Amino acid sequence: MTEAVIIGVGLHPFGRFPGKPALDMGADAVRLALADAGVNWPQIQGGYIGSYEVANPDAIVGRLGLTGIPMRGVFNGCATAGTAVALAARAIETGEHDLTIAIGLDKHPRGAFAADPSVAGIPSWYGQTGLFLTTHFFGMKINRYMHEHGISHETLARVASKNFRNAAGNDKAWRRTPLSPEEVLASPVLNYPLRQFMYCGPNEGAAAVVMCRADQAHKYTTTPVRVRATALRSRRLGAFEVQSPSFPVGEPVDSPSVDASRDAYERAGIGPEDVDVAQLQDTDAGSEIIHMAENGLCKDGEQERLIAEGATEIGGRLPVNTDGGLLGNGEPIGASGLRQIHEIVLQLRGTAGTRQIPGTPRVGYTHLYGAPGASAVTILST
Amino acid sequence: MTTAQRPVAEGLFTWPPAAAPLRLIGSECRVCGLVSFPAAATCVRCASDDSKERLLADRGTLWTYTTQDFRPPSPPYDGPETFEPYSVGYIELPGELLVEARLTEPDPDKLRIGQDMRLTLVPYTVQDDGTEVMTFAFAPVEESTEIEEEAS
Ligand SMILES: [Zn+2]
Repeated sequence: MTEAVIIGVGLHPFGRFPGKPALDMGADAVRLALADAGVNWPQIQGGYIGSYEVANPDAIVGRLGLTGIPMRGVFNGCATAGTAVALAARAIETGEHDLTIAIGLDKHPRGAFAADPSVAGIPSWYGQTGLFLTTHFFGMKINRYMHEHGISHETLARVASKNFRNAAGNDKAWRRTPLSPEEVLASPVLNYPLRQFMYCGPNEGAAAVVMCRADQAHKYTTTPVRVRATALRSRRLGAFEVQSPSFPVGEPVDSPSVDASRDAYERAGIGPEDVDVAQLQDTDAGSEIIHMAENGLCKDGEQERLIAEGATEIGGRLPVNTDGGLLGNGEPIGASGLRQIHEIVLQLRGTAGTRQIPGTPRVGYTHLYGAPGASAVTILST
Repeated sequence: MTTAQRPVAEGLFTWPPAAAPLRLIGSECRVCGLVSFPAAATCVRCASDDSKERLLADRGTLWTYTTQDFRPPSPPYDGPETFEPYSVGYIELPGELLVEARLTEPDPDKLRIGQDMRLTLVPYTVQDDGTEVMTFAFAPVEESTEIEEEAS
């Protein structure tokens, strides 16, 4: 099977852009990715585009050129961009296309997401009585995890502080004001034990990734980034997942992140010990901690020591969310995972500027998790 | 004068309160035995559509919890405009399932994983005509309450 490689990445800044439609942000990201790859829009043979707020994100062809190519809209909650990347890679791997693009764009209003529970297959009373909040799940999951694995409130604060510090060195990030762990711990509790500065916020932005067949990469770049594996999993019965009015008792069942992670490592022939830099879904500081273990990067409970030692800092043994993650960048759902891949590509090329991790990183890892219990993992390498 | 009350949804818990002991209404798959809440017509384990009603245990232990310190977006939330923080958690009903519910105790320092909890109802909002809309919740079981019950 042919291998897909990334030859271009483009990122529209994440933040708030009054008056600028999501499609325009997406088109800007596409133009950056095309320029980075050294290709023109008419050369692109097929694309996958994801968005939560834009009903027809494939309308982006009206901003780029009506070349008649298949543009497939995809949506998988917070795993949307991982899905777009996986399908864009698969179209190359299976020989359908030689040159593809994955695009994500979104423009969310301020504040927590509001939706009718029925769209998620959940009864109305769940929303009426104040249970239909994704933030509850994150609060409850880390509360249980802290109880079982000895994670402290200070460690939650250190994670948030690190991601805001990393974002400060990223001119495309949204929250670029560094905050000390003490400042994070002084912010109001939103969902115990999680505080205001431990949560990411929905916002706006776009990103795009251009891929081609590995055997044609030399035509475009000297630094292709290999797509070693993509994996997507949905929740299994018995796993503790977001927006679940109930779930069965019994032995704990692994989250879809564990399932997707194992699948991706196996497909890539790469183990967690080989990962040089990771971008993990940090919807909140607790999620980053849990996702370190769910993605095999440490054992449950080891985070307390690893984070205290600075292992996940840019200069540490396992840098996590070097661009500031969701905490620093916010989450335009459709674009979030493509932002992660953008950062990994820069790190593997050695062009991440002040955020560049030391040494010669060879393997990068990205992970998404979202409602109603879907995870996407991508493993990239030089 | 008694305040009019109504349940937030039919078929969620036994109603009216005077008619029967308060219980959540779940379902049990007749093929594989999976217990579901709310009651489900189709089993998510074996895909059977043959299920029967099952009243769930009214006692369990607190598996995890969090607080809600900001007013959720409306819709879908239809609680009062004047927001009072509340807590939510999962209660493990042994041998049945873990159910997510409001908790009557809003202070996280007074909640503890593993704590004994008991089913109750709370008026989570009041309609314009004064009708209280009731939903299910779990309350920490106080030892003193236990003794009173045994004495009565
Ligand atoms: Zn069944």
